[in-house]
Amino acid sequence: MRFIASFVWSYLLWLVLTAGTNGLLWSTQELMAGLMFALIVGYATRDVIGERAVRFLNPMKWLGFIAYSPVLFWGMVKANLHVAYLVITGKIRPGIVRVPVDLENDAQYTILANSITLTPGTLTVDACPEERALYVHWIKIPEGMERPESSEPVAGPFEKWAGRLGR
Amino acid sequence: MIDYLVYAFLAIAITFNALGSIALHRFPDVYTRLHGATKCTTFGTIFAVLAVVTHALYRIHATGDPKYLGMTLHSLVALVALLLTNPVGAHAIAKASHLSGYKPVKAVVDAYEEKLGGEGK
Amino acid sequence: MMEPVFFYASLIVVIAGFISVLRVMLGPSVPDRVVGVDTLNTLVVAAMVLLGAAYDRTIYIDIAIVYALLSYIGTLAIARYLQGGLQ
Repeated sequence: MRFIASFVWSYLLWLVLTAGTNGLLWSTQELMAGLMFALIVGYATRDVIGERAVRFLNPMKWLGFIAYSPVLFWGMVKANLHVAYLVITGKIRPGIVRVPVDLENDAQYTILANSITLTPGTLTVDACPEERALYVHWIKIPEGMERPESSEPVAGPFEKWAGRLGR
Repeated sequence: MIDYLVYAFLAIAITFNALGSIALHRFPDVYTRLHGATKCTTFGTIFAVLAVVTHALYRIHATGDPKYLGMTLHSLVALVALLLTNPVGAHAIAKASHLSGYKPVKAVVDAYEEKLGGEGK
Repeated sequence: MMEPVFFYASLIVVIAGFISVLRVMLGPSVPDRVVGVDTLNTLVVAAMVLLGAAYDRTIYIDIAIVYALLSYIGTLAIARYLQGGLQ
């Protein structure tokens, strides 16, 4: 099963990188060579890729990621206007806060931590799955927010999305 | 018409990339610098890739040359690689600099220091 | 050269890269220099993609892909070294 997952990923990457060799499609030589190399690479890396990585081959999950990208992009637009304002004015009130989150596995923590890093004013310093918390550097803490009770003021809607996508 | 779209994307890309490097000099310590460096340059590079993709798709439409399909897909792969690796690199630098003893300047709260407490350096 | 606009855009991105090199030289502490190098890596990737469009060569964009992945590994290695090895 792990072999199939790594084989499919490496063959997909090959197909993306060699598109356009025959008109706008692939020539037969490229398809055969890609099959051979994907078999070799898939066999060599079957122990590196985790057992549960197979669940990311589910097409419904890819649709979820496509639906997630506009949400993340809008968050990034707000983040960059905010940081641009801070760069120009220089009014900061930094600090590292502890944010309790309610997630289950490593993939969800990875998605949430990366999303937090890319969105307004926050940067993940450390993730502690054993105490169900993220440590987040916040560049401009609002008054009275030094001990947030939930992830809502920091992450907005992203915790819900991370829980759905990484399941 | 397409030309003006490409110009607009390039203008946004240049603005945010320059802002990211200026942020390195405006902010006082390593954590706040990471904010400017990571977010602004990632956002600027997204728009640089969007400009290249728009240009290449227009060239496919105009000339039908399959070379530009390769250009589109390869720049999208570069964008995905950057989007996956950039936040993780920023996270690694932030954690490493905190563990090696550089504290945030002018911080109003430092919960990570309280957690590390006795065992921290 | 097909598109001079892309060339001028990448020129400005490279100038921004020089500003971040200034931080690498000035930076008072080691993590400051690492942040400068990380910024420089991202800017080099952006400049490579724009140059690939300017000179109409897809091979420049391939170099950008490989550079993005390798610079990530370099950043992780320096971060591991800073925090004192694997923990």
